[in-house]
Amino acid sequence: MLEIITAIDLNSWLTSTFGDNAWIPQKILIATWETIYMVAISTFLSYLLGLVLGVILVITSQNHIAENKSVNLVLGAVVNATRSIPFIIFLILVIPLTRLIVGTSIGTIASIVPLTLAAIPFVARLTETSLKEIEWGLIEAALSMGANTWQIITRVLLPEAKPSLILGVAITTINLIGYSAMAGIVGGGGLGTLAYYYGYQRYEDSIMFITVIVLIIMVQAFQMIGDSLAHRATNKGR
Amino acid sequence: MIEISNLTKIYKTPMHDVMALDQVSLKVEKGEIFGIIGLSGAGKSTLIRCINMLEKPTSGSIIVDGEVITSLDKKDLRHARQKIGMIFQQFNLLSSRNVFDNIMFPLEISQVPVNEARQRVGELLEIVGLTDKAKVYPEQLSGGQKQRVGIARALANRPKLLLSDEATSALDPQTTKSILKLLKDINSRLDLTILLITHDMNVIKQVCDRVAVIDNSRIVETGDVLKIFSNPGTPTSKSFINSIVKQELPEEVFQSSAIRAGRLIRVSFIGESAGEPIISSMIRKYDVRANIMYGNIDRVKDTPFGNLVLELSGEERVVSEAIEYLHQQGLEIEVLNNA
Repeated sequence: MLEIITAIDLNSWLTSTFGDNAWIPQKILIATWETIYMVAISTFLSYLLGLVLGVILVITSQNHIAENKSVNLVLGAVVNATRSIPFIIFLILVIPLTRLIVGTSIGTIASIVPLTLAAIPFVARLTETSLKEIEWGLIEAALSMGANTWQIITRVLLPEAKPSLILGVAITTINLIGYSAMAGIVGGGGLGTLAYYYGYQRYEDSIMFITVIVLIIMVQAFQMIGDSLAHRATNKGR
Repeated sequence: MIEISNLTKIYKTPMHDVMALDQVSLKVEKGEIFGIIGLSGAGKSTLIRCINMLEKPTSGSIIVDGEVITSLDKKDLRHARQKIGMIFQQFNLLSSRNVFDNIMFPLEISQVPVNEARQRVGELLEIVGLTDKAKVYPEQLSGGQKQRVGIARALANRPKLLLSDEATSALDPQTTKSILKLLKDINSRLDLTILLITHDMNVIKQVCDRVAVIDNSRIVETGDVLKIFSNPGTPTSKSFINSIVKQELPEEVFQSSAIRAGRLIRVSFIGESAGEPIISSMIRKYDVRANIMYGNIDRVKDTPFGNLVLELSGEERVVSEAIEYLHQQGLEIEVLNNA
């Protein structure tokens, strides 16, 4: 991926513009890209499983379409337990697993493992909240037409909750940006690593400052994109 | 079409059990519009939900179109439900789909081939008069239009039975009228049996052939709508009828008639007799004076239904004979005072 950025001859442009300090914007660009990359992939992967778990949490709840007390209880407990571990500790706890999957516990790719794992229960709860907002009448109507559980999930629950689910993706992404910075401290790569090694340990205030600015912009951007997509999904046909 | 026997539903709560339906038995004939009327909390909503098993009865059985719906397995129940349409007070349309796709929904569920389904939706839009709204989303529709979409959706799989759960309770009187007209229309045109629940006697009056009155989890009275209108058998039925037919006379009427020593009677006319000059022939035949205190004429479904309060005065014996005469003419008579 980094090759793409360098391929457009960024280096020579940076050197001609920033002179001796050209390494600063260069580092920041690379770190920004790493953060986006790591957050995007973990968001995607966490949704693969988190969405499913969220749906299961809802449909197995009391009086819902696939009520199952034990499944609901166990799943709820696991989700709560995972969510109550502070991320910085979680990060260390899963190192053996990360090594097993990726082969190393350092770097951008390695960070994706704890980020994804930590986000899954979060996504599950967000999804649960979104789906619970759907009026029971809609589900009842589908049942009265003879819909099965799968049809209700795919044709009623998920489409009706779409705007709220999109906002959930934005919230998850933003959360993961914060988490990824924490992962940076233990060598996870991205803006976190940059801010920690250069900004904190080497007293490069400008790096610290720019990193914070980039993070703020990134969070704003994701929230705005999420809001506008959700808005569009809500106001269909207006 | 529907045969309900000894249906009981008990909601179990940690604190105490709540009896929602108590040994309800009911028969709905094919092709009729049957109304169940009751106050909120009487159990009518639970009753209609038992018919397509949205609520599982505690005991008792329900047969719909020859099928014992209460003992079907999950798969067969889903199939049976596809043949029972249902409409709701809150319409329950999917906000993520436009009108056309909302009506497509039940056809997707029953896996009708897409081309056939699209054609069917076109027909349904025509039946409910919304062809020009096909691409519109529910939130841009008025309440009446939303219910029309609900009706089209309920009819999509060509059901033999339509369940209506307070379908007009969220609508204004004018819109209610047009929706009821549509229900009457599809009832006769599609040979569709309709079971509706309501708390509004006007709905019963306008469309139902027969009615069951539910009170406190039990059916207290069942019968022809006209019969119940002219001769309500229970206080509950009476109060429902009073809610739309002015039957209570002002106190002053009784006082003044007491002074004049006349006899107050209420005469109910149904159908044919509403058009005949029975009162005038009574006056000619008997030596009584008739003073009209109150009168109105209404329509129960398609039958004229009249109410007349008369003060009859004259010789005691002759007045009794005159009342007997009205009886013989097939009128319902209720003596309101005995002066």
